[in-house]
Amino acid sequence: MELITKPGLSNCEKKNRSLIVAENRHRRVDVEKLIEKTLLLSAAVFVLIIALITIFIFAKGLPLFSKIGLGDFLFSNQWNPTKGFFGIGTMFIGTLLVTMGAMLWSVPIGLSSAIFMAEIAPPRIGKTLGQLVNLLAGIPSVVYGFVGLIVIVPFIRESFGGNGMSLLAGAIILGIMILPTIINISRDSLLAVPNDYKSSSLALGATHFQTIRYVIVPAARSGIITSVVLGMGRAIGETMAVVMVTGNSAMIPTSILAPIRTMTSNIVLEMGYASGDHQTALFATGMVLFLLIVGLNLIINRLAKAGTDDGRG
Amino acid sequence: MRRKRNVAIVMVGMILILLLAVAGCSQKEGSKSGDDGQGTAKLEGTLTIAGSTSVQPFSEVLAEKFQEKNPGVKVNVQGGGSSQGVEATISGAADIGAVSRDLSDEEKNRAKLTVTPIAIDGVAIVVNPANQVSGLKTEDVKNIYLGNIKNWKEIGGIDAPITVVSREDGSGTRDAFTNIVMNKEDIVKSAIIQNSTGAVKTTVAGDKNAIGYVSMSKVGKDIKALDIDGNQAIEANVKSGTYKLQRPFIYITKDNPQGLAKAFIDFVLSPEGQNIIVEEGAFKIK
Repeated sequence: MELITKPGLSNCEKKNRSLIVAENRHRRVDVEKLIEKTLLLSAAVFVLIIALITIFIFAKGLPLFSKIGLGDFLFSNQWNPTKGFFGIGTMFIGTLLVTMGAMLWSVPIGLSSAIFMAEIAPPRIGKTLGQLVNLLAGIPSVVYGFVGLIVIVPFIRESFGGNGMSLLAGAIILGIMILPTIINISRDSLLAVPNDYKSSSLALGATHFQTIRYVIVPAARSGIITSVVLGMGRAIGETMAVVMVTGNSAMIPTSILAPIRTMTSNIVLEMGYASGDHQTALFATGMVLFLLIVGLNLIINRLAKAGTDDGRG
Repeated sequence: MRRKRNVAIVMVGMILILLLAVAGCSQKEGSKSGDDGQGTAKLEGTLTIAGSTSVQPFSEVLAEKFQEKNPGVKVNVQGGGSSQGVEATISGAADIGAVSRDLSDEEKNRAKLTVTPIAIDGVAIVVNPANQVSGLKTEDVKNIYLGNIKNWKEIGGIDAPITVVSREDGSGTRDAFTNIVMNKEDIVKSAIIQNSTGAVKTTVAGDKNAIGYVSMSKVGKDIKALDIDGNQAIEANVKSGTYKLQRPFIYITKDNPQGLAKAFIDFVLSPEGQNIIVEEGAFKIK
Protein backbone atom coordinates (compact mmCIF):
# COMPACT_ATOMS: atom_id res chain seq x y z
CA MET A 1 0.00 0.00 0.00
CA GLU A 2 2.77 2.49 -0.75
CA LEU A 3 1.81 5.90 -1.88
CA ILE A 4 2.50 6.28 -5.53
CA THR A 5 3.37 9.85 -6.28
CA LYS A 6 1.53 10.88 -9.33
CA PRO A 7 3.11 13.47 -11.54
CA GLY A 8 1.57 16.89 -11.41
CA LEU A 9 0.81 16.98 -7.73
CA SER A 10 1.82 20.08 -5.85
CA ASN A 11 4.18 19.90 -2.87
CA CYS A 12 1.37 20.77 -0.54
CA GLU A 13 -0.76 17.92 -1.80
CA LYS A 14 2.17 15.55 -1.45
CA LYS A 15 2.63 16.59 2.14
CA ASN A 16 -1.05 16.03 2.88
CA ARG A 17 -0.95 12.61 1.36
CA SER A 18 2.00 11.50 3.40
CA LEU A 19 0.31 12.73 6.53
CA ILE A 20 -2.75 10.63 5.76
CA VAL A 21 -0.57 7.63 5.11
CA ALA A 22 1.20 8.08 8.43
CA GLU A 23 -2.11 8.27 10.22
CA ASN A 24 -3.38 5.19 8.44
CA ARG A 25 -0.27 3.35 9.41
CA HIS A 26 -0.76 4.38 13.00
CA ARG A 27 -4.37 3.20 13.04
CA ARG A 28 -3.37 -0.05 11.42
CA VAL A 29 -0.93 -0.80 14.20
CA ASP A 30 -3.77 -0.37 16.68
CA VAL A 31 -6.04 -2.64 14.69
CA GLU A 32 -3.25 -5.21 14.39
CA LYS A 33 -2.83 -5.25 18.14
CA LEU A 34 -6.55 -5.60 18.68
CA ILE A 35 -6.69 -8.54 16.29
CA GLU A 36 -3.71 -10.17 17.94
CA LYS A 37 -5.30 -9.82 21.34
CA THR A 38 -8.63 -11.17 20.08
CA LEU A 39 -6.96 -14.19 18.55
CA LEU A 40 -4.93 -14.78 21.69
CA LEU A 41 -8.12 -14.62 23.73
CA SER A 42 -9.84 -17.14 21.47
CA ALA A 43 -6.90 -19.50 21.78
CA ALA A 44 -6.88 -19.07 25.54
CA VAL A 45 -10.61 -19.83 25.76
CA PHE A 46 -10.13 -22.97 23.72
CA VAL A 47 -7.25 -24.19 25.88
CA LEU A 48 -9.28 -23.40 28.98
CA ILE A 49 -12.24 -25.43 27.70
CA ILE A 50 -10.06 -28.47 27.04
CA ALA A 51 -8.40 -28.13 30.43
CA LEU A 52 -11.76 -27.86 32.19
CA ILE A 53 -13.21 -30.88 30.41
CA THR A 54 -10.14 -32.94 31.29
CA ILE A 55 -10.18 -31.86 34.92
CA PHE A 56 -13.93 -32.49 35.15
CA ILE A 57 -13.79 -36.01 33.73
CA PHE A 58 -10.90 -37.02 35.95
CA ALA A 59 -12.30 -35.36 39.06
CA LYS A 60 -15.59 -37.20 38.55
CA GLY A 61 -14.09 -40.53 37.57
CA LEU A 62 -11.03 -40.99 39.76
CA PRO A 63 -12.90 -41.36 43.10
CA LEU A 64 -14.12 -44.75 41.84
CA PHE A 65 -10.66 -46.21 42.29
CA SER A 66 -10.72 -45.57 46.01
CA LYS A 67 -13.53 -48.16 46.11
CA ILE A 68 -12.57 -50.62 43.41
CA GLY A 69 -9.09 -51.36 42.17
CA LEU A 70 -8.02 -50.21 38.72
CA GLY A 71 -7.48 -53.83 37.73
CA ASP A 72 -10.99 -54.82 38.77
CA PHE A 73 -12.41 -51.91 36.84
CA LEU A 74 -10.50 -52.56 33.63
CA PHE A 75 -10.40 -56.34 33.53
CA SER A 76 -13.42 -57.62 35.41
CA ASN A 77 -16.29 -58.74 33.21
CA GLN A 78 -18.89 -58.15 35.91
CA TRP A 79 -20.93 -55.05 35.17
CA ASN A 80 -23.82 -54.91 37.59
CA PRO A 81 -23.83 -51.35 38.89
CA THR A 82 -26.96 -51.67 41.01
CA LYS A 83 -25.24 -54.45 42.95
CA GLY A 84 -21.86 -52.74 43.11
CA PHE A 85 -19.95 -54.55 40.35
CA PHE A 86 -18.15 -52.15 38.03
CA GLY A 87 -16.02 -54.08 35.57
CA ILE A 88 -15.77 -52.67 32.06
CA GLY A 89 -13.77 -55.60 30.65
CA THR A 90 -16.61 -56.70 28.39
CA MET A 91 -17.09 -53.21 27.03
CA PHE A 92 -13.39 -52.72 26.45
CA ILE A 93 -13.40 -55.91 24.43
CA GLY A 94 -16.65 -54.83 22.74
CA THR A 95 -15.11 -51.55 21.65
CA LEU A 96 -11.98 -53.27 20.35
CA LEU A 97 -13.90 -55.95 18.46
CA VAL A 98 -16.40 -53.66 16.78
CA THR A 99 -13.62 -51.23 15.83
CA MET A 100 -11.50 -54.01 14.40
CA GLY A 101 -14.50 -55.42 12.56
CA ALA A 102 -15.17 -52.05 11.00
CA MET A 103 -11.53 -51.49 10.01
CA LEU A 104 -11.28 -54.95 8.55
CA TRP A 105 -13.54 -54.11 5.64
CA SER A 106 -13.51 -50.34 5.46
CA VAL A 107 -9.72 -49.86 5.33
CA PRO A 108 -9.22 -51.94 2.15
CA ILE A 109 -12.28 -50.44 0.47
CA GLY A 110 -11.44 -46.93 1.62
CA LEU A 111 -7.85 -47.15 0.42
CA SER A 112 -8.82 -48.64 -2.92
CA SER A 113 -11.38 -45.89 -3.43
CA ALA A 114 -8.84 -43.24 -2.51
CA ILE A 115 -6.32 -44.65 -4.99
CA PHE A 116 -8.99 -44.83 -7.68
CA MET A 117 -10.11 -41.26 -7.05
CA ALA A 118 -6.59 -39.84 -6.88
CA GLU A 119 -4.82 -41.81 -9.58
CA ILE A 120 -7.09 -43.67 -11.92
CA ALA A 121 -10.34 -41.77 -12.33
CA PRO A 122 -10.37 -38.71 -14.61
CA PRO A 123 -9.97 -35.60 -12.42
CA ARG A 124 -13.56 -34.51 -12.91
CA ILE A 125 -14.99 -37.85 -11.78
CA GLY A 126 -12.50 -37.93 -8.91
CA LYS A 127 -13.80 -34.55 -7.77
CA THR A 128 -17.44 -35.63 -8.00
CA LEU A 129 -16.67 -38.75 -6.00
CA GLY A 130 -14.89 -36.59 -3.43
CA GLN A 131 -18.04 -34.51 -3.02
CA LEU A 132 -20.08 -37.67 -2.56
CA VAL A 133 -17.69 -38.79 0.15
CA ASN A 134 -18.09 -35.42 1.87
CA LEU A 135 -21.84 -35.93 1.74
CA LEU A 136 -21.38 -39.30 3.42
CA ALA A 137 -19.33 -37.59 6.14
CA GLY A 138 -22.05 -35.02 6.76
CA ILE A 139 -24.84 -37.46 7.60
CA PRO A 140 -25.63 -37.39 11.33
CA SER A 141 -24.72 -40.60 13.13
CA VAL A 142 -28.27 -41.16 14.40
CA VAL A 143 -29.36 -41.49 10.78
CA TYR A 144 -26.75 -44.19 10.22
CA GLY A 145 -28.03 -45.89 13.34
CA PHE A 146 -31.60 -45.71 12.15
CA VAL A 147 -30.73 -47.14 8.76
CA GLY A 148 -28.81 -49.86 10.55
CA LEU A 149 -31.78 -50.66 12.75
CA ILE A 150 -34.31 -50.72 9.92
CA VAL A 151 -32.22 -52.31 7.17
CA ILE A 152 -29.10 -54.06 8.42
CA VAL A 153 -30.40 -55.59 11.66
CA PRO A 154 -33.41 -57.32 10.01
CA PHE A 155 -31.17 -58.35 7.11
CA ILE A 156 -28.72 -60.06 9.46
CA ARG A 157 -31.56 -61.62 11.42
CA GLU A 158 -33.13 -63.10 8.31
CA SER A 159 -29.97 -64.20 6.51
CA PHE A 160 -27.67 -65.35 9.31
CA GLY A 161 -29.97 -65.99 12.28
CA GLY A 162 -29.73 -64.59 15.77
CA ASN A 163 -31.68 -61.46 16.52
CA GLY A 164 -29.68 -59.19 14.24
CA MET A 165 -28.50 -56.77 16.86
CA SER A 166 -24.91 -57.81 16.86
CA LEU A 167 -21.21 -57.18 16.58
CA LEU A 168 -21.61 -57.66 12.84
CA ALA A 169 -24.28 -54.95 12.52
CA GLY A 170 -22.09 -52.57 14.51
CA ALA A 171 -19.03 -53.32 12.39
CA ILE A 172 -20.97 -52.75 9.16
CA ILE A 173 -22.42 -49.42 10.27
CA LEU A 174 -19.17 -48.17 11.82
CA GLY A 175 -17.26 -49.17 8.71
CA ILE A 176 -19.55 -47.02 6.57
CA MET A 177 -19.15 -44.15 9.00
CA ILE A 178 -15.35 -44.16 8.97
CA LEU A 179 -15.05 -44.57 5.19
CA PRO A 180 -15.12 -40.79 4.56
CA THR A 181 -12.28 -40.20 7.03
CA ILE A 182 -10.13 -42.87 5.42
CA ILE A 183 -10.94 -41.91 1.84
CA ASN A 184 -10.56 -38.14 2.25
CA ILE A 185 -7.26 -38.12 4.10
CA SER A 186 -5.69 -40.92 2.02
CA ARG A 187 -6.77 -39.23 -1.20
CA ASP A 188 -5.32 -35.89 -0.10
CA SER A 189 -2.02 -37.48 0.80
CA LEU A 190 -1.94 -39.41 -2.50
CA LEU A 191 -2.62 -36.21 -4.42
CA ALA A 192 0.14 -34.47 -2.47
CA VAL A 193 2.81 -36.82 -3.81
CA PRO A 194 4.95 -34.70 -6.17
CA ASN A 195 4.19 -35.36 -9.82
CA ASP A 196 7.91 -35.81 -10.53
CA TYR A 197 7.86 -39.12 -8.66
CA LYS A 198 5.16 -40.43 -10.93
CA SER A 199 6.77 -39.14 -14.11
CA SER A 200 10.16 -40.54 -13.13
CA SER A 201 8.71 -43.93 -12.37
CA LEU A 202 6.79 -44.02 -15.62
CA ALA A 203 9.89 -42.84 -17.49
CA LEU A 204 11.82 -45.76 -16.01
CA GLY A 205 9.35 -48.07 -17.67
CA ALA A 206 7.12 -48.96 -14.74
CA THR A 207 3.47 -49.53 -15.52
CA HIS A 208 0.81 -47.29 -13.98
CA PHE A 209 -0.06 -49.95 -11.40
CA GLN A 210 3.60 -50.55 -10.53
CA THR A 211 4.01 -46.80 -10.08
CA ILE A 212 1.03 -46.69 -7.72
CA ARG A 213 2.15 -49.79 -5.87
CA TYR A 214 5.85 -49.00 -5.47
CA VAL A 215 6.09 -45.22 -5.66
CA ILE A 216 2.93 -43.28 -4.92
CA VAL A 217 1.44 -45.31 -2.08
CA PRO A 218 4.78 -45.64 -0.21
CA ALA A 219 5.36 -41.90 -0.60
CA ALA A 220 1.92 -41.17 0.83
CA ARG A 221 2.34 -43.79 3.54
CA SER A 222 2.29 -41.54 6.58
CA GLY A 223 -0.88 -39.80 5.38
CA ILE A 224 -2.55 -43.13 4.73
CA ILE A 225 -1.66 -44.48 8.15
CA THR A 226 -2.91 -41.23 9.70
CA SER A 227 -6.22 -41.72 7.92
CA VAL A 228 -6.52 -45.23 9.29
CA VAL A 229 -5.69 -44.15 12.84
CA LEU A 230 -8.13 -41.22 12.64
CA GLY A 231 -10.79 -43.59 11.36
CA MET A 232 -10.05 -45.84 14.28
CA GLY A 233 -10.48 -42.90 16.66
CA ARG A 234 -13.81 -42.11 15.11
CA ALA A 235 -14.92 -45.74 15.42
CA ILE A 236 -13.93 -45.90 19.08
CA GLY A 237 -15.71 -42.64 19.86
CA GLU A 238 -18.88 -43.25 17.88
CA THR A 239 -21.91 -43.76 20.09
CA MET A 240 -25.39 -43.19 18.79
CA ALA A 241 -25.33 -45.50 15.79
CA VAL A 242 -23.60 -48.23 17.78
CA VAL A 243 -26.10 -48.10 20.62
CA MET A 244 -28.91 -48.57 18.15
CA VAL A 245 -27.61 -51.68 16.39
CA THR A 246 -25.36 -53.67 18.71
CA GLY A 247 -27.87 -54.85 21.30
CA ASN A 248 -25.72 -53.61 24.21
CA SER A 249 -25.46 -56.83 26.23
CA ALA A 250 -22.61 -56.52 28.70
CA MET A 251 -20.97 -59.84 27.85
CA ILE A 252 -18.08 -61.12 25.78
CA PRO A 253 -19.54 -62.10 22.39
CA THR A 254 -19.36 -65.75 21.41
CA SER A 255 -19.80 -65.07 17.70
CA ILE A 256 -20.07 -62.10 15.36
CA LEU A 257 -23.84 -62.51 15.55
CA ALA A 258 -23.86 -61.98 19.33
CA PRO A 259 -24.71 -58.61 20.83
CA ILE A 260 -21.96 -56.46 22.37
CA ARG A 261 -21.68 -53.28 24.38
CA THR A 262 -19.01 -50.64 23.75
CA MET A 263 -17.63 -48.21 26.30
CA THR A 264 -19.37 -45.24 24.69
CA SER A 265 -22.66 -47.16 24.62
CA ASN A 266 -22.26 -47.94 28.29
CA ILE A 267 -22.07 -44.26 29.13
CA VAL A 268 -24.97 -43.16 26.98
CA LEU A 269 -27.18 -46.08 27.99
CA GLU A 270 -26.95 -45.59 31.70
CA MET A 271 -26.16 -41.95 32.32
CA GLY A 272 -29.86 -41.06 32.51
CA TYR A 273 -30.54 -42.60 35.88
CA ALA A 274 -27.06 -43.21 37.23
CA SER A 275 -26.18 -41.72 40.58
CA GLY A 276 -23.47 -42.19 43.18
CA ASP A 277 -20.84 -44.84 42.42
CA HIS A 278 -22.68 -45.82 39.26
CA GLN A 279 -22.25 -42.32 37.86
CA THR A 280 -18.61 -42.22 38.95
CA ALA A 281 -18.06 -45.51 37.13
CA LEU A 282 -19.50 -44.01 33.94
CA PHE A 283 -17.13 -41.06 34.22
CA ALA A 284 -14.28 -43.51 34.78
CA THR A 285 -15.35 -45.24 31.56
CA GLY A 286 -15.11 -41.81 29.94
CA MET A 287 -11.60 -41.46 31.34
CA VAL A 288 -10.52 -44.69 29.71
CA LEU A 289 -11.95 -43.53 26.38
CA PHE A 290 -10.25 -40.17 26.78
CA LEU A 291 -6.87 -41.78 27.39
CA LEU A 292 -7.39 -44.14 24.46
CA ILE A 293 -8.08 -41.24 22.10
CA VAL A 294 -5.14 -39.21 23.47
CA GLY A 295 -2.96 -42.26 22.84
CA LEU A 296 -4.16 -42.51 19.25
CA ASN A 297 -3.46 -38.80 18.71
CA LEU A 298 0.08 -39.24 20.03
CA ILE A 299 0.57 -42.07 17.54
CA ILE A 300 -0.63 -39.79 14.74
CA ASN A 301 1.83 -37.09 15.80
CA ARG A 302 4.66 -39.63 15.73
CA LEU A 303 3.60 -40.79 12.30
CA ALA A 304 3.42 -37.25 10.98
CA LYS A 305 6.98 -36.64 12.13
CA ALA A 306 8.18 -39.92 10.68
CA GLY A 307 6.49 -38.91 7.45
CA THR A 308 8.46 -35.69 7.08
CA ASP A 309 11.72 -37.54 7.74
CA ASP A 310 10.87 -40.01 5.01
CA GLY A 311 10.09 -37.18 2.67
CA ARG A 312 13.54 -35.72 3.14
CA GLY A 313 15.32 -39.03 2.68
CA MET B 1 -6.50 -7.60 -0.69
CA ARG B 2 -4.60 -7.54 2.55
CA ARG B 3 -6.67 -4.73 3.93
CA LYS B 4 -9.87 -6.53 2.98
CA ARG B 5 -8.76 -9.57 4.90
CA ASN B 6 -7.90 -7.48 7.92
CA VAL B 7 -11.31 -5.89 7.82
CA ALA B 8 -12.89 -9.31 7.67
CA ILE B 9 -10.92 -10.47 10.70
CA VAL B 10 -11.85 -7.38 12.66
CA MET B 11 -15.49 -7.89 11.74
CA VAL B 12 -15.42 -11.49 12.85
CA GLY B 13 -13.75 -10.42 16.08
CA MET B 14 -16.35 -7.76 16.68
CA ILE B 15 -19.20 -10.14 16.01
CA LEU B 16 -17.71 -12.57 18.49
CA ILE B 17 -17.38 -9.89 21.14
CA LEU B 18 -20.92 -8.74 20.43
CA LEU B 19 -22.22 -12.28 20.78
CA LEU B 20 -20.40 -12.69 24.08
CA ALA B 21 -21.79 -9.40 25.31
CA VAL B 22 -25.32 -10.36 24.27
CA ALA B 23 -24.96 -13.75 25.93
CA GLY B 24 -23.72 -12.10 29.09
CA CYS B 25 -26.56 -9.58 29.11
CA SER B 26 -29.30 -12.09 28.50
CA GLN B 27 -27.97 -14.28 31.27
CA LYS B 28 -28.02 -11.37 33.67
CA GLU B 29 -31.57 -10.52 32.70
CA GLY B 30 -32.61 -14.12 33.17
CA SER B 31 -31.22 -14.39 36.66
CA LYS B 32 -32.67 -11.05 37.58
CA SER B 33 -36.22 -11.96 36.69
CA GLY B 34 -35.75 -15.23 38.52
CA ASP B 35 -34.63 -13.43 41.68
CA ASP B 36 -37.45 -10.94 41.59
CA GLY B 37 -40.13 -13.57 41.31
CA GLN B 38 -43.73 -12.61 41.73
CA GLY B 39 -44.69 -10.84 44.89
CA THR B 40 -48.16 -12.40 44.78
CA ALA B 41 -46.99 -15.93 45.73
CA LYS B 42 -48.20 -17.15 49.09
CA LEU B 43 -45.89 -20.17 49.36
CA GLU B 44 -42.17 -19.75 49.78
CA GLY B 45 -39.22 -21.95 50.61
CA THR B 46 -37.52 -25.12 49.49
CA LEU B 47 -38.98 -28.60 49.35
CA THR B 48 -36.79 -31.67 48.99
CA ILE B 49 -38.10 -34.92 47.55
CA ALA B 50 -35.78 -37.93 47.56
CA GLY B 51 -36.11 -41.61 46.80
CA SER B 52 -37.18 -43.99 44.08
CA THR B 53 -35.70 -43.38 40.67
CA SER B 54 -38.94 -44.69 39.17
CA VAL B 55 -40.93 -41.93 40.83
CA GLN B 56 -38.25 -39.34 40.08
CA PRO B 57 -39.36 -38.43 36.55
CA PHE B 58 -42.94 -38.02 37.79
CA SER B 59 -41.82 -35.89 40.72
CA GLU B 60 -39.70 -33.77 38.41
CA VAL B 61 -42.56 -32.91 36.08
CA LEU B 62 -44.92 -32.36 39.00
CA ALA B 63 -42.32 -30.15 40.70
CA GLU B 64 -41.87 -28.13 37.54
CA LYS B 65 -45.59 -27.44 37.28
CA PHE B 66 -45.81 -26.73 41.01
CA GLN B 67 -42.98 -24.20 40.78
CA GLU B 68 -44.67 -22.53 37.84
CA LYS B 69 -47.75 -22.01 39.96
CA ASN B 70 -45.78 -20.94 43.02
CA PRO B 71 -42.79 -18.94 41.89
CA GLY B 72 -41.46 -18.51 45.42
CA VAL B 73 -41.02 -22.25 45.86
CA LYS B 74 -38.00 -24.31 44.92
CA VAL B 75 -38.53 -28.07 44.73
CA ASN B 76 -35.42 -30.29 44.72
CA VAL B 77 -36.01 -33.76 43.32
CA GLN B 78 -33.34 -36.36 44.06
CA GLY B 79 -32.96 -40.05 43.29
CA GLY B 80 -31.19 -42.62 45.41
CA GLY B 81 -33.76 -45.42 45.52
CA SER B 82 -36.81 -46.21 47.60
CA SER B 83 -34.88 -47.28 50.70
CA GLN B 84 -32.86 -44.11 50.67
CA GLY B 85 -36.07 -42.15 50.32
CA VAL B 86 -37.28 -43.73 53.56
CA GLU B 87 -33.94 -43.03 55.28
CA ALA B 88 -33.88 -39.43 54.11
CA THR B 89 -37.43 -38.85 55.29
CA ILE B 90 -36.78 -40.32 58.73
CA SER B 91 -33.54 -38.37 59.14
CA GLY B 92 -35.18 -35.20 57.92
CA ALA B 93 -32.84 -34.78 54.94
CA ALA B 94 -35.88 -34.91 52.68
CA ASP B 95 -39.31 -33.42 53.30
CA ILE B 96 -40.97 -36.06 51.16
CA GLY B 97 -39.72 -39.57 50.47
CA ALA B 98 -40.65 -41.19 47.17
CA VAL B 99 -41.10 -44.96 47.31
CA SER B 100 -42.10 -47.33 44.53
CA ARG B 101 -43.08 -50.31 46.70
CA ASP B 102 -45.02 -51.00 49.85
CA LEU B 103 -43.21 -50.09 53.04
CA SER B 104 -41.77 -53.01 54.98
CA ASP B 105 -42.98 -53.64 58.51
CA GLU B 106 -39.58 -52.69 59.81
CA GLU B 107 -39.74 -49.35 58.02
CA LYS B 108 -43.24 -48.74 59.32
CA ASN B 109 -42.07 -49.33 62.89
CA ARG B 110 -39.05 -47.03 62.76
CA ALA B 111 -40.92 -43.77 62.76
CA LYS B 112 -44.40 -42.43 62.39
CA LEU B 113 -44.61 -42.15 58.65
CA THR B 114 -47.64 -40.96 56.75
CA VAL B 115 -48.09 -42.84 53.49
CA THR B 116 -49.82 -41.14 50.57
CA PRO B 117 -50.25 -43.27 47.43
CA ILE B 118 -49.99 -41.02 44.37
CA ALA B 119 -50.10 -43.46 41.45
CA ILE B 120 -50.03 -47.12 40.37
CA ASP B 121 -47.53 -48.42 37.88
CA GLY B 122 -48.31 -51.52 35.85
CA VAL B 123 -45.59 -53.44 34.01
CA ALA B 124 -46.68 -55.06 30.76
CA ILE B 125 -44.82 -58.01 29.26
CA VAL B 126 -44.87 -57.38 25.53
CA VAL B 127 -44.24 -59.47 22.43
CA ASN B 128 -44.52 -59.03 18.69
CA PRO B 129 -48.17 -59.07 17.48
CA ALA B 130 -47.26 -62.00 15.21
CA ASN B 131 -46.38 -64.13 18.22
CA GLN B 132 -48.98 -66.84 18.82
CA VAL B 133 -48.36 -66.86 22.57
CA SER B 134 -50.95 -64.66 24.24
CA GLY B 135 -50.34 -65.29 27.91
CA LEU B 136 -47.65 -66.50 30.31
CA LYS B 137 -47.26 -67.36 33.96
CA THR B 138 -45.12 -65.03 36.03
CA GLU B 139 -42.81 -68.01 36.61
CA ASP B 140 -42.34 -68.46 32.83
CA VAL B 141 -41.47 -64.80 32.38
CA LYS B 142 -38.93 -65.09 35.17
CA ASN B 143 -37.38 -68.19 33.60
CA ILE B 144 -37.16 -66.49 30.22
CA TYR B 145 -35.30 -63.56 31.77
CA LEU B 146 -33.08 -65.90 33.79
CA GLY B 147 -32.11 -67.62 30.55
CA ASN B 148 -33.67 -70.97 31.56
CA ILE B 149 -36.34 -70.88 28.85
CA LYS B 150 -34.66 -70.15 25.55
CA ASN B 151 -37.16 -71.22 22.91
CA TRP B 152 -40.75 -70.19 22.30
CA LYS B 153 -41.76 -73.82 21.77
CA GLU B 154 -41.15 -74.51 25.47
CA ILE B 155 -44.04 -72.22 26.34
CA GLY B 156 -46.50 -72.93 23.57
CA GLY B 157 -45.02 -70.94 20.73
CA ILE B 158 -43.25 -71.77 17.50
CA ASP B 159 -39.80 -73.34 17.39
CA ALA B 160 -37.70 -70.18 17.53
CA PRO B 161 -35.13 -68.75 19.95
CA ILE B 162 -36.44 -66.04 22.26
CA THR B 163 -34.90 -62.59 21.88
CA VAL B 164 -34.86 -61.22 25.42
CA VAL B 165 -35.07 -57.42 25.54
CA SER B 166 -34.43 -55.52 28.74
CA ARG B 167 -33.84 -52.00 29.99
CA GLU B 168 -30.53 -50.59 31.22
CA ASP B 169 -29.31 -50.72 34.81
CA GLY B 170 -30.71 -47.85 36.83
CA SER B 171 -33.93 -47.63 34.82
CA GLY B 172 -37.08 -47.43 36.94
CA THR B 173 -38.94 -49.89 34.73
CA ARG B 174 -36.10 -52.39 35.06
CA ASP B 175 -36.13 -51.83 38.79
CA ALA B 176 -39.86 -52.58 38.86
CA PHE B 177 -39.40 -55.66 36.70
CA THR B 178 -36.52 -57.11 38.72
CA ASN B 179 -38.40 -56.50 41.97
CA ILE B 180 -41.78 -57.86 40.92
CA VAL B 181 -40.93 -60.62 38.43
CA MET B 182 -37.31 -61.55 39.02
CA ASN B 183 -37.32 -61.44 42.80
CA LYS B 184 -34.09 -59.41 42.44
CA GLU B 185 -32.26 -62.17 40.57
CA ASP B 186 -30.00 -61.11 37.70
CA ILE B 187 -31.35 -60.82 34.19
CA VAL B 188 -29.54 -63.08 31.70
CA LYS B 189 -26.45 -61.36 30.32
CA SER B 190 -27.24 -62.02 26.70
CA ALA B 191 -30.38 -59.87 26.91
CA ILE B 192 -30.54 -57.03 24.42
CA ILE B 193 -30.38 -53.76 26.35
CA GLN B 194 -32.33 -50.71 25.19
CA ASN B 195 -32.34 -47.49 27.12
CA SER B 196 -35.83 -46.18 26.47
CA THR B 197 -39.38 -47.43 26.31
CA GLY B 198 -39.47 -46.37 22.67
CA ALA B 199 -36.37 -48.42 21.82
CA VAL B 200 -37.80 -51.51 23.55
CA LYS B 201 -41.03 -51.10 21.58
CA THR B 202 -39.17 -50.68 18.29
CA THR B 203 -37.09 -53.77 18.98
CA VAL B 204 -40.08 -55.92 19.92
CA ALA B 205 -42.15 -54.58 17.03
CA GLY B 206 -39.34 -55.41 14.61
CA ASP B 207 -38.41 -58.89 15.84
CA LYS B 208 -41.17 -61.49 15.88
CA ASN B 209 -39.30 -63.59 18.46
CA ALA B 210 -38.69 -60.80 20.91
CA ILE B 211 -40.06 -60.30 24.40
CA GLY B 212 -39.75 -57.11 26.40
CA TYR B 213 -41.33 -55.15 29.21
CA VAL B 214 -42.66 -51.60 29.30
CA SER B 215 -44.81 -49.48 31.53
CA MET B 216 -48.38 -50.60 30.87
CA SER B 217 -49.59 -47.19 29.78
CA LYS B 218 -46.96 -47.16 27.01
CA VAL B 219 -48.17 -50.30 25.20
CA GLY B 220 -49.15 -49.21 21.71
CA LYS B 221 -50.54 -50.86 18.62
CA ASP B 222 -47.20 -52.21 17.35
CA ILE B 223 -46.72 -54.60 20.23
CA LYS B 224 -48.89 -57.05 22.15
CA ALA B 225 -49.19 -57.14 25.94
CA LEU B 226 -49.38 -60.68 27.32
CA ASP B 227 -51.92 -61.87 29.86
CA ILE B 228 -50.10 -62.73 33.08
CA ASP B 229 -51.40 -65.69 35.11
CA GLY B 230 -54.60 -65.47 33.09
CA ASN B 231 -55.26 -61.80 33.73
CA GLN B 232 -55.36 -59.29 30.93
CA ALA B 233 -52.91 -56.40 31.14
CA ILE B 234 -55.42 -53.58 31.46
CA GLU B 235 -55.87 -50.70 33.88
CA ALA B 236 -58.97 -52.21 35.51
CA ASN B 237 -57.11 -55.40 36.43
CA VAL B 238 -54.24 -53.37 37.85
CA LYS B 239 -56.62 -51.38 40.04
CA SER B 240 -58.56 -54.46 41.16
CA GLY B 241 -55.26 -56.16 41.96
CA THR B 242 -55.76 -59.26 39.80
CA TYR B 243 -52.94 -58.29 37.44
CA LYS B 244 -49.93 -58.87 39.66
CA LEU B 245 -47.14 -57.06 37.80
CA GLN B 246 -47.79 -53.72 39.43
CA ARG B 247 -46.46 -51.51 42.18
CA PRO B 248 -47.60 -48.40 43.98
CA PHE B 249 -45.90 -45.02 43.84
CA ILE B 250 -46.13 -43.47 47.27
CA TYR B 251 -44.98 -40.31 48.97
CA ILE B 252 -44.07 -40.60 52.61
CA THR B 253 -43.74 -37.82 55.16
CA LYS B 254 -42.80 -37.72 58.80
CA ASP B 255 -46.10 -37.33 60.65
CA ASN B 256 -48.83 -35.62 58.66
CA PRO B 257 -47.67 -33.50 55.77
CA GLN B 258 -47.58 -29.82 56.63
CA GLY B 259 -46.97 -26.51 54.93
CA LEU B 260 -45.11 -26.82 51.68
CA ALA B 261 -45.12 -30.63 51.69
CA LYS B 262 -48.89 -30.66 52.19
CA ALA B 263 -49.41 -28.10 49.43
CA PHE B 264 -47.31 -30.19 47.04
CA ILE B 265 -49.03 -33.49 47.88
CA ASP B 266 -52.43 -31.82 47.54
CA PHE B 267 -51.34 -30.60 44.11
CA VAL B 268 -50.22 -34.12 43.14
CA LEU B 269 -53.58 -35.56 44.19
CA SER B 270 -55.56 -32.81 42.45
CA PRO B 271 -57.07 -33.60 39.03
CA GLU B 272 -54.30 -31.57 37.40
CA GLY B 273 -51.56 -33.46 39.22
CA GLN B 274 -53.16 -36.82 38.49
CA ASN B 275 -53.43 -35.93 34.80
CA ILE B 276 -49.71 -35.21 34.75
CA ILE B 277 -49.13 -38.66 36.22
CA VAL B 278 -51.23 -40.24 33.47
CA GLU B 279 -49.37 -38.25 30.80
CA GLU B 280 -46.05 -39.43 32.20
CA GLY B 281 -47.14 -43.05 32.05
CA ALA B 282 -48.71 -44.36 35.27
CA PHE B 283 -52.30 -44.88 36.41
CA LYS B 284 -54.31 -42.54 38.60
CA ILE B 285 -54.66 -43.57 42.20
CA LYS B 286 -58.45 -43.23 42.24
